[in-house]
Amino acid sequence: MDWGAIFSNSVVWIVNPETIAYALATVGLAIHFGYTGLLNFGQAGFMALGAYGYAISILTFGFPWWAGILVGIAASVLFALILGIPTLRLRADYLAIATIALAEVVRLLFQTTTFDAVTGSADGLGGYHDSFRAANPIPKGTYGFGPFTYNETDWWVRIFGILLLALAVLITWLLMRSPWGRVVKGIREDEDAVRALGKNVFSYKMQALILGGVFGSLGGVVFAMPSAVIPAVYVPSLTFFLWTILLLGGAATIFGPVLGSVLFWVIMAFLSNLLPRMSEAGLLPFMSNQQANITRFILVGLALMLIVIFRPQGILGNKKELTFNAR
Amino acid sequence: MVPAQRFRLLMKRPIMLLFAVLMASMAFAMTAATPAHADSINTDKYQYVFSGNVKYNDKPLSGVEIDVTGNGYSAKVKTDDKGQWSVGVPEKKKYSITLVESTLPKGVIVSQEGTDRITISDKGATIEAEFGLTDSKSVNFFLGQGVRETVSFFDQFVGRAINGLNFGLMLALASIGLSLVFGTTGISNFAHAEMVTFGALMALTFSVILSWPVWVAFPLAVVLTGALGWLQDVVVWKPLRIKGMSIVQLMIVSIGFSLALRYVFQYFFGGRTYQLPDMGSKKIPLLGPIALSPTDMVSMAISIVMLVLVAFWLQRTKIGKATRAIADNSSLAAASGIDVDRVVRIVWIFGSALAGLSGILWAYFRPGIKWDMGWQILLLIFAAVVLGGLGTAYGALVGSIIVGLLVELSTLWIPSDIKYVGPFIVLIIVLMVRPQGLLGRRERIG
Amino acid sequence: MPADTNTTRSTGLHVGEVRPGVAKVDPILVADNITRSFGGLKAVDVDHVEIPRHAITALIGPNGAGKTTFFNLLTGFDKPDTGEWSFDGKSISGVPAFKTSRMGQVRTFQLTKALAMLSVLENMKLGAKAQKGENFFTAMLPWLWRKQDDEIEQKALKLLERFKLDTKQDDFAASLSGGQRKLLEMARALMSDPTLVMLDEPMAGVNPALTQSLLDHILGLKADGMTVLFVEHDMHMVRHISDWVIVMAEGRIVAEGPPDEVMKNPAVIDAYLGSHMDTDLGVVTGRIETVTAPKREKK
Repeated sequence: MDWGAIFSNSVVWIVNPETIAYALATVGLAIHFGYTGLLNFGQAGFMALGAYGYAISILTFGFPWWAGILVGIAASVLFALILGIPTLRLRADYLAIATIALAEVVRLLFQTTTFDAVTGSADGLGGYHDSFRAANPIPKGTYGFGPFTYNETDWWVRIFGILLLALAVLITWLLMRSPWGRVVKGIREDEDAVRALGKNVFSYKMQALILGGVFGSLGGVVFAMPSAVIPAVYVPSLTFFLWTILLLGGAATIFGPVLGSVLFWVIMAFLSNLLPRMSEAGLLPFMSNQQANITRFILVGLALMLIVIFRPQGILGNKKELTFNAR
Repeated sequence: MVPAQRFRLLMKRPIMLLFAVLMASMAFAMTAATPAHADSINTDKYQYVFSGNVKYNDKPLSGVEIDVTGNGYSAKVKTDDKGQWSVGVPEKKKYSITLVESTLPKGVIVSQEGTDRITISDKGATIEAEFGLTDSKSVNFFLGQGVRETVSFFDQFVGRAINGLNFGLMLALASIGLSLVFGTTGISNFAHAEMVTFGALMALTFSVILSWPVWVAFPLAVVLTGALGWLQDVVVWKPLRIKGMSIVQLMIVSIGFSLALRYVFQYFFGGRTYQLPDMGSKKIPLLGPIALSPTDMVSMAISIVMLVLVAFWLQRTKIGKATRAIADNSSLAAASGIDVDRVVRIVWIFGSALAGLSGILWAYFRPGIKWDMGWQILLLIFAAVVLGGLGTAYGALVGSIIVGLLVELSTLWIPSDIKYVGPFIVLIIVLMVRPQGLLGRRERIG
Repeated sequence: MPADTNTTRSTGLHVGEVRPGVAKVDPILVADNITRSFGGLKAVDVDHVEIPRHAITALIGPNGAGKTTFFNLLTGFDKPDTGEWSFDGKSISGVPAFKTSRMGQVRTFQLTKALAMLSVLENMKLGAKAQKGENFFTAMLPWLWRKQDDEIEQKALKLLERFKLDTKQDDFAASLSGGQRKLLEMARALMSDPTLVMLDEPMAGVNPALTQSLLDHILGLKADGMTVLFVEHDMHMVRHISDWVIVMAEGRIVAEGPPDEVMKNPAVIDAYLGSHMDTDLGVVTGRIETVTAPKREKK
């Protein structure tokens, strides 16, 4: 077996745009669930709005790339309001079901042939890269070392993504050590108590929902930047993968989402390189190549279960810091 | 409002598709070379020309009317004996080009298959066409065999309502299990979707792969799904209950479990769609607009019988009453001597078995069996359960019927690829105005 | 301090004959025609009640009398079917809970709501009003709120000292005992400088060793110029620290008056014993001397 290839194919995922995009969306989820206690299962919807907002405003309205990002952010703010007004007063499990349903509404509306001219329906959208690439300050050429060798476009996407991620992490860190963070953490523990202390709980929940949603939409933008926008990506499973990442890294931690995303993608890439090769080499006689690939997703499901049962605070979390509050 | 007339393609698969798409320049060259044959209007007057060719089964159709309208201009043209037409237009802009279907031979219509650019109206099929780089553009319609039959709004409404009722009843079978599990344990069980799929997959395994008779295969599939319900209670949920995990944790565990099971199904059955043995899928006209296939009728009968049995079980048997008591107030029920663990186990078994049964019925309704089929309706099941009132069995029934009707009836107005949007929107509205659901008791849930 | 030697007891709070709904000389909270039903069952049905200012008022009654529901209604945590009420002369009917709290009417809960995964000090700081750093945008600019936050911390530390929780300031609230949580909740409520403190069963589940100190703290609130309204089961507690007692039964106010008079009121004895025949009213909270009245009540 070519261990060198397996290794290098896996480690490149440390800085792949997908990894950065998932980390960004998961930082948003950390604000929702880890700090504020909101069970948002519609993060895929926020990502879709970011990606489509970016692509559509460039393709249909001819906006420059940065305006496309702003449109994605605006769309996610609007979605957070639509999502939050009816659901933020509800019990946690109702919120989960409502968010997942509304995220599906978003996906179905992007996928339907009704708006094909704008959304590209099931085929999605592509070819919106010119504006972003034109803004690339890196001179033409190939840079890097070993497996991390990319051309200027690939580096530009990665660097821009990392800058956005760093900004999101910084904002989260600043907020969570401020009185604002104290209020939302209080809401996570017991919203009635915080209400009794004169805080407008609904408003804080909404602010948290919007902020995390904006990070989700930025994740969608980064996800769309190197390739295309395809509606089949933004299914509920995407949200569940984000949850796995969140709980793996530590829900109420600043760097948990980043660590979780890197681990998730590197392990997934490692398995997707290893398992088919093992099956080809006859080491997994009961498995076809395709089955070897599917096995990875079975493992994701099992991992999610085991983390929640045995280490709900995640890798970076303090055992005492995160409890799942039943209400 | 006067019922809108709607058109329906009866034969879904046109036997023959026609026309290789012509290059615009070629069309222009051809019309230029053989101007005498094409029936041309205003081609001398204007520089910009739309042209096309109407053929069916390789034979040209003459006398087919083509209308070109847009930008304040309109023109009519009929195809010549070579099936050709061309129309000059004053501006290089977008025009609507309509093929008038009444001028086609009987049994021939414009096919919408494979393209979404065509809109069908009373008049015929319309394409919005625009010029490319050149001054000419070929616009072709693909013809197929079929009949545009007008079905009155009322008949369509009745037809879809029956369909919706059928769908709602099978949703109800799945919903009741989810609702009872929630009522007795507090778990919003996402893996319930996989019980639906498992029932269908087991039915497939026994009836198709092992070729056992369906009267053995299907009941066995239902029993096995019940057994899987029991197994997951013993292996996963009971230990976690004892561990004292919160409902949020349990919900996320169920999501992980659902993911894992779904991919286990894909592992063994791949991404294909399978069919169960045909049990009579031909529609038989019954009364007026109502036409049902034998499968539909049997399926609805089974659903109704099972639902009545469940109602009887809940109302009359000791375990059923205990189930309702636990759903009502778990600690009170435990204090009054009800063996909660035993009741919960029974609820898992029956809830899963009912879900498995609904999976088999749904496999006929969809039609087809796929590794993620249960997941496709899970959110509808949740919508139904929340709509009716989480934790109440009858609420789940009412909610399911409403969702079933809503899904099918909404396609009268909205495209069918967004038909699941309706129930989700209704779900949000219900959560806003009556979060306890239609049949739920008012308590603090917000 | 034996509590029945409460020398600070306020008297002359009411106007006219003592009866349910009697007018007060200086009411801080006035409620009219408040009803709330749960599925056909009327949990609260109060025609008129006034809570006297600068006094300690006890709201008592047997289980299920509607005391906590009434509390929830007055504080905006629940919405009544009918009724109007005002605080400090301003109508607060239908005003959400967080706003009534900002107006100076702060409550605690029967089941303590210490924010378990926040430290004791963070719990306290959360109680302070009008914090600049609680605004989303200024929160990200620490130099704008740092100074205020330090002042809040000083105030919190002082209060913690007074409530003897200063040694626990860095512990998670989850690690406190039940009584300490009650103290924390009360101290946290004081962070906002309230005018009316509403305590829902402050003694429930408190270790007897802590009861006296809790009682002293409640008396201390009044000494600091605050008004206290508290819900309580235990008649002794009520007798020893309250200036005025309001008795609820089956959602209605059946009696009110100064503690000693109310205890003798046959309607009260009836309400209590009628539904509490087998409950010992006296010895729930050990430390307080049992005086003669309960024995007589017990018959």
